Amino acid sequence: MSKRFFGEGMPDIDLSDLHGKLIVIEGADGSGRSTQIEILKDWLERRGHATISVGLNRSALVGRQLQRAKEGNILSPTTRSLFYAADFADQLENTIIPSLRAGFLVLADRYIYTLMARDIVRGAEREWVESLYGIAIAPDAVFYLRVTPRVLVERNFEKKVQLDYWESGMDIGLSRDMLESFFKYQKLIQNEFQLMQKRYGFEDINGNRSPRVIARELQTRIELLLEDVLQQDKENQVMAPAPVPVAAFQGSVVANA
Amino acid sequence: MHNSSPQIDVQGKLIAVEGLDGSGKSTQIYLVKRWLEMQGIKVFFTEWNSSDLVKKVTSKGKKKQLLTPTTFSLIHCTDFADRYERQIWPLLRAGYIVLADRYKYTAFARDTVRGCSQKWVTRLYGFAKEPDITFFFKVPLNTALERILSGRPQLKYFEAGMDLGLSSDPYESFKLFQARILQQYAALEQQYHFHVINATRSVEEQQREVREIMSSRLDLPAFKKRNVS
Repeated sequence: MSKRFFGEGMPDIDLSDLHGKLIVIEGADGSGRSTQIEILKDWLERRGHATISVGLNRSALVGRQLQRAKEGNILSPTTRSLFYAADFADQLENTIIPSLRAGFLVLADRYIYTLMARDIVRGAEREWVESLYGIAIAPDAVFYLRVTPRVLVERNFEKKVQLDYWESGMDIGLSRDMLESFFKYQKLIQNEFQLMQKRYGFEDINGNRSPRVIARELQTRIELLLEDVLQQDKENQVMAPAPVPVAAFQGSVVANA
Repeated sequence: MHNSSPQIDVQGKLIAVEGLDGSGKSTQIYLVKRWLEMQGIKVFFTEWNSSDLVKKVTSKGKKKQLLTPTTFSLIHCTDFADRYERQIWPLLRAGYIVLADRYKYTAFARDTVRGCSQKWVTRLYGFAKEPDITFFFKVPLNTALERILSGRPQLKYFEAGMDLGLSSDPYESFKLFQARILQQYAALEQQYHFHVINATRSVEEQQREVREIMSSRLDLPAFKKRNVS
């Protein structure tokens, strides 16, 4: 199965030689994304799959600038959307695509869907955002960890002792009360994900359960994807597989924050 | 998108100038600005690529040559959006005449030359309103090249279009790059109703034509400052 772009795509990228798989885990802060990605990475590497994890807001190009701008809250809405898109594009071109080319399994800790949902909830036009992220590679699988806002709140308090300003949507003035704003904001985001789920057909995972149970479900689903990889190998048996430049990627493997 | 939906009544007017480097457009728009200012008209001047916030990123990316056509396009659009949302749009809403030295058509031309999909770039800039008048300063390619290159300036990497790999010589690359930009402009000219100014003529003649067009198309006295002391 060859890769395709989400929309218009971007120049200078040959999709035909992207043999790896792009697996996306989506979900709010506290939905267990990072934990699941760690478990999956161990599991995949144990089975001999070269695996790399990528996340948002980590690009060499604008990552730091974006962090600073976020702290100062000085970006207007369209500017912020575009900043995030630039950050995403940079990682897409410099990490995700080269990894896929080298046959890696790429585990994405969030992808364009979170970015689109955040923009749309803040008033951006849906068509504009979709066109913007038309540059993205369509993932091979998207798993959405759905966690009820109540549980999210508990997990966030346990982990960080406080709610995150942005994850509570405090910038859009839903409520002066942070907890109330958090609930309202997460509800808006979840509604958006529900719409996208229908549209793009990603898989809903009940994230209220224990990490082990969730991990098992994810593994079962990912196994199906990997069978596809093995099938491809059989078909291409005559051709020697391309060497995987592991060393080249060690530098870009980022720990899950 | 966001706050700039076209249905909203905008009192201000947006005047853009486009053209190749060396077409003389910056001189012309500067003279327009002086002319309006001296009449006590509310006027604001903005130029491409000038916001502090994104300058840092662009120069960083440029230095390291980290930018691809897509990130190049997005960074410039980010820069533009920053200016648009903070200045251009609020000023237009407040009834200013906004003069833009290069506008989104510059991005359309450059980004498509770099291989970005035209549809994508057009959509990307969809939040920015069409200007009330776009002056296009038209000169033959060689005239523009002569004006720019006669001083043997230091051409920057992206400025010379070196990223396109057209030539390893910056001057040669610049020429080929500008030729392609000019082709793109030609395609935009009709589509976006550019008002073409023959920029091979004297500065004064061009300025007279620009002022005439502005006077006939805009009700200039309506833009005078009210609180003149």
